[in-house]
Amino acid sequence: MDMATGQISRWFAEEGARVKKGDVLFEIETDKAAMEIDAPASGVLRDVTGKEGVDIAVGAAVAWIYADDESYAPISPLEGEMSTKSTEGVASGGTALEPRPVEPTPPDRPAAGRPPVEGEGRTRATPLARRLAREAGLNLSTVSGTGPHGRVVKADVDAALSSPLEGEVSAKRTEGVASEGTALAPSPVEATPPDRPLAGHPPLNGEGDVLRLFEAGSYELVPHDNMRKTIARRLVEAKTTIPHFYLTLDCELDALLALRTQINAAAPVKKTEKGEAPAYKLSVNDMVIKAMAMALKAVPDANASWTESAMVKHKHADVGVAVSIPGGLITPIIRKADEKTLSTISNEMKDLASRARSRKLKPEEYQGGTAAVSNLGMFGIKDFAAVINPPHATILAVGAGEERAVVKNGEIRIATVMSVTLSTDHRAVDGALGAELLVAFKRLIENPIGLLV
Amino acid sequence: MDAMVRELSYAQAIQEAMAIAMDMDERVFLMGEDIGVYGGAFQVTGDLVERYGADRVIDTPISELGGAGVAVGAALTGMRPIFEFQFSDFATLAMEQIVNQAAKMRFMLGGEVSVPVVMRFPAGSGTGAAAQHSQSLEAWLGHVPGLKVIQPATPYDAKGMLLAAVADPDPVMIFEHKLLYKTKGPVPEGYYTVPIGKADIRREGCDLTIVATSIMVQKALDAAAALESEGIDVEVVDLRTIRPMDKQTVIDSVKKTSRLMCVYEAVKTLGIGAEVSAMIAESEAFDYLDAPIVRLGGAETPIPYNPELEKATVPQVPDIITAARALVKGVR
Amino acid sequence: MAGASKAVTESRANLPFVYRQYSAEQLRQVLYKMYLIRRFEEGAEECYTRGLIHGTMHLSIGQEASAMGICMPLSEDDQITSTHRGHGHCIAKGAEVKRMFAEFFGKTTGYCKGRGGSMHIADVGKGNLGANGIVGGGIPIAVGAALTSKMMKTGKVVVSFFGDGANNEGAFHEALNMAAIWKLPVIFVCENNGYGMSTSTARSTAVKNIAERAAAYSMPGVIVDGNIFSEVAEASHQAVARARAGEGPTLIESKTYRHRGHSKSDRNRYRTKEEIEDWMSNRDPITLFESELREFGFIDDKGIEAIRGAVAQEIADGIEFAKASPSPDVRDTGSYVYTEQA
Repeated sequence: MDMATGQISRWFAEEGARVKKGDVLFEIETDKAAMEIDAPASGVLRDVTGKEGVDIAVGAAVAWIYADDESYAPISPLEGEMSTKSTEGVASGGTALEPRPVEPTPPDRPAAGRPPVEGEGRTRATPLARRLAREAGLNLSTVSGTGPHGRVVKADVDAALSSPLEGEVSAKRTEGVASEGTALAPSPVEATPPDRPLAGHPPLNGEGDVLRLFEAGSYELVPHDNMRKTIARRLVEAKTTIPHFYLTLDCELDALLALRTQINAAAPVKKTEKGEAPAYKLSVNDMVIKAMAMALKAVPDANASWTESAMVKHKHADVGVAVSIPGGLITPIIRKADEKTLSTISNEMKDLASRARSRKLKPEEYQGGTAAVSNLGMFGIKDFAAVINPPHATILAVGAGEERAVVKNGEIRIATVMSVTLSTDHRAVDGALGAELLVAFKRLIENPIGLLV
Repeated sequence: MDAMVRELSYAQAIQEAMAIAMDMDERVFLMGEDIGVYGGAFQVTGDLVERYGADRVIDTPISELGGAGVAVGAALTGMRPIFEFQFSDFATLAMEQIVNQAAKMRFMLGGEVSVPVVMRFPAGSGTGAAAQHSQSLEAWLGHVPGLKVIQPATPYDAKGMLLAAVADPDPVMIFEHKLLYKTKGPVPEGYYTVPIGKADIRREGCDLTIVATSIMVQKALDAAAALESEGIDVEVVDLRTIRPMDKQTVIDSVKKTSRLMCVYEAVKTLGIGAEVSAMIAESEAFDYLDAPIVRLGGAETPIPYNPELEKATVPQVPDIITAARALVKGVR
Repeated sequence: MAGASKAVTESRANLPFVYRQYSAEQLRQVLYKMYLIRRFEEGAEECYTRGLIHGTMHLSIGQEASAMGICMPLSEDDQITSTHRGHGHCIAKGAEVKRMFAEFFGKTTGYCKGRGGSMHIADVGKGNLGANGIVGGGIPIAVGAALTSKMMKTGKVVVSFFGDGANNEGAFHEALNMAAIWKLPVIFVCENNGYGMSTSTARSTAVKNIAERAAAYSMPGVIVDGNIFSEVAEASHQAVARARAGEGPTLIESKTYRHRGHSKSDRNRYRTKEEIEDWMSNRDPITLFESELREFGFIDDKGIEAIRGAVAQEIADGIEFAKASPSPDVRDTGSYVYTEQA
């Protein structure tokens, strides 16, 4: 029994009445039954504070029986009320029913009880397939299932992992690896399958909805490969969950271009299988990577990643570089780019880009990173805004370097100018902080000797 | 310990175990309906009354509740009674003594007493005895803390587990499938025990774990033999004890095979299969499942009289084969 | 007092059974225990009302002579099974009230370490195999205990207490039959307090006297006034002798009355105040026994006062002991379900 209170349903004797031991005094009701309570002693009934129909704590006095020779001083009505209240207070304090602050559901977590969306949204997979995919960093939605109802089974995961399409392994890998240390109990966050659609977001139009708009035979259907699915999913996720904020600036490139020519000219010649070649050949992009990394180091608050509970402030500047490859794109990462020389960055970038195109990158080579650079200058794009690739908080969109008329000190002159637009995750990097980062970047680009120190 | 091993029937193995127990301990005695000169409805006690006398092989009146209570009272006061229900169905008449008294006495009295009673329940269908003499009620008792519930599947286990039950300080309920009584198997002479609470891997395999109980163990083994030719390698776990259940053996097996099927004769719903499935779903083995768990249990009906209907209400070897094939090949 | 009792002793031949059978000291001890039962239950009731004891309880106030009379000829080795209204049986068989209070308070020092409470109070060391929450539940168990006695030749006699309600349970009939066919040393004691919860025996039971049921099982059926200690003890004495001689069981119907309701939820709607008042004023077993003791010179007012005072002290000490005792650790919830094996 965990009865903490009861109610008096009826008094059979009034205040001041003379009662005899054994007389029925009152009837109480509990959650189980009603029962009559007899007077435990003979005397005069006084101080009847236990009112009918009110919850009374078990153990609280409801009245007093005074012996005939006992003196009686009535308690004031106020005191009576106070004592009733305080007993109640004690009673409720003693129970486990104290209100507990309701923990708000994190807004970005799918609401409990929401049915999984069938079809494109949720992937059917066995627990074993899920675990193996989680451990391998494989995004299950990119794997086609051969089990009943299209369920992804272990064999499908094995097949996916042994195929050359390793590029589809998602950025969840680090999480998956980390969770291995914590036995098999998934943390609440991990319990959300990575391939579940975002809460509160309607599923994309069904295939039928789109195809209805076009005449039959007027198109060809090319099924998505896994990379396409991954790109689609990650971009939707990034663009819908990250509050993007954009800052644009022009940088003059002439000093940088001059320095680049000078450095490349100084490259020693190295013997390779194909004959002799310079040991390095810097591109403008290599210098942009270095400048971005150094700017991040100079403005460390902007070198961050957003998580629900804390800001992840990075100690190194790992710069991802978007590389276009047939059928999609991928973002290999130059780790600790702030510490690396331009020639190292340049050579590393060449190797990563070439292996990216042949889809030979290892997951650790394209997962993570603290910021990114996307350069469409080679296409003559003047300016554009890029989509942030989490866990990055920023991405720098780099346009083409072109000769423009520049007004300086009241004079028009010609300069090679490159427009850059920084997208920031406003949760992690506010506007002013982003501006600070971009200004630091511009200063390095326009004073490129700084890139050499 | 090179005990002579003979082929004995399941019933003979139980009888031998009871004789050994009575030889070893004067506190052991048998009670039940028609277990004396009649030899028991299934001839399990056989001629024990001639060897041990009517004082130790006691015919009770047809009083299941009272008889069970007498056994409980005797156990409570130091005896080691083995009480035979003529049919497990009749345990329904004695639920009060089994569930309220035997199971709870030790607990209610704060550990001051124990109730080392053994109760035997001839169970299961297949004899044409129809709805009131064919049930499998082991899960009923498996739901009660304080009881131990076992289902030996072979003559070897029947003897060894009965001797373990007699030695156990707590009430042990033994469900014996009636169709097993005549099945034969190797049984060593003399005293040995098979531990209560420990499952047995009857056949090793890597594609599918079948957790089976009682008569379904042999059916699962027959199915496994047939599936072998199709390249399906089945592991058969004989649960043997349903309370306390040997979870680890089942978990380890499922981690190995990634697929689980439970096969038992009792009505499918709310039974052992549900318990094993839920236990696996709660365990570390969940992340090893590569297919949904499947239960094959008795139909949601009383056991019918007509022999074809009777067979159809409980899992048979072809049912196990079909279900196993579908599970492993993923065609469902 | 010694002089008075000496004078009376000479004329004991004309006195009721117990005054011939037992010493003055033993009889005063009986009075002490009857008071102890009464005050224990009153104390438990008060603690319940104060919220110190939870659950419910079934009080046997008014039935003390029955419990004491039946247990009078039993030795410590003899055994009893008891009922949900079993506090009196427990004390009569030798239990300490402090450990009973501790049990009611749910403490580790209680007879059942706080796992049983009022309804499962037991004292196995003193031969009380336990109260029982199931009406009739203890009857077959007592027969089983008697079977042990017979098989192991321990000479123990087993008493099964039950109420009038249990006489309509199948277990009662099955158990009496088995005890009779096997001639077991068991005594069936039906404490007929007139009501199974609210249903009177007149409405529930086909025979006028439950003792008549004994005929169906070829055993003696004895009716006694359960509120007269000597009558109960005499019947018990004979039944115990019969059991020890291997002649088989006896059914004793001890007609009595409970002053309190069935349990703590009873509002006494099925019986009249007058009826209760009559039993309390005119047929109270303690009052009856006390006046006999006084009349036959076994005790005087001073002696009675001394007993009452000593009982009050034992009760007060018992409650203090219970209050001060530790509660079980919730981490030990799983204890005692199975025997802990080394």
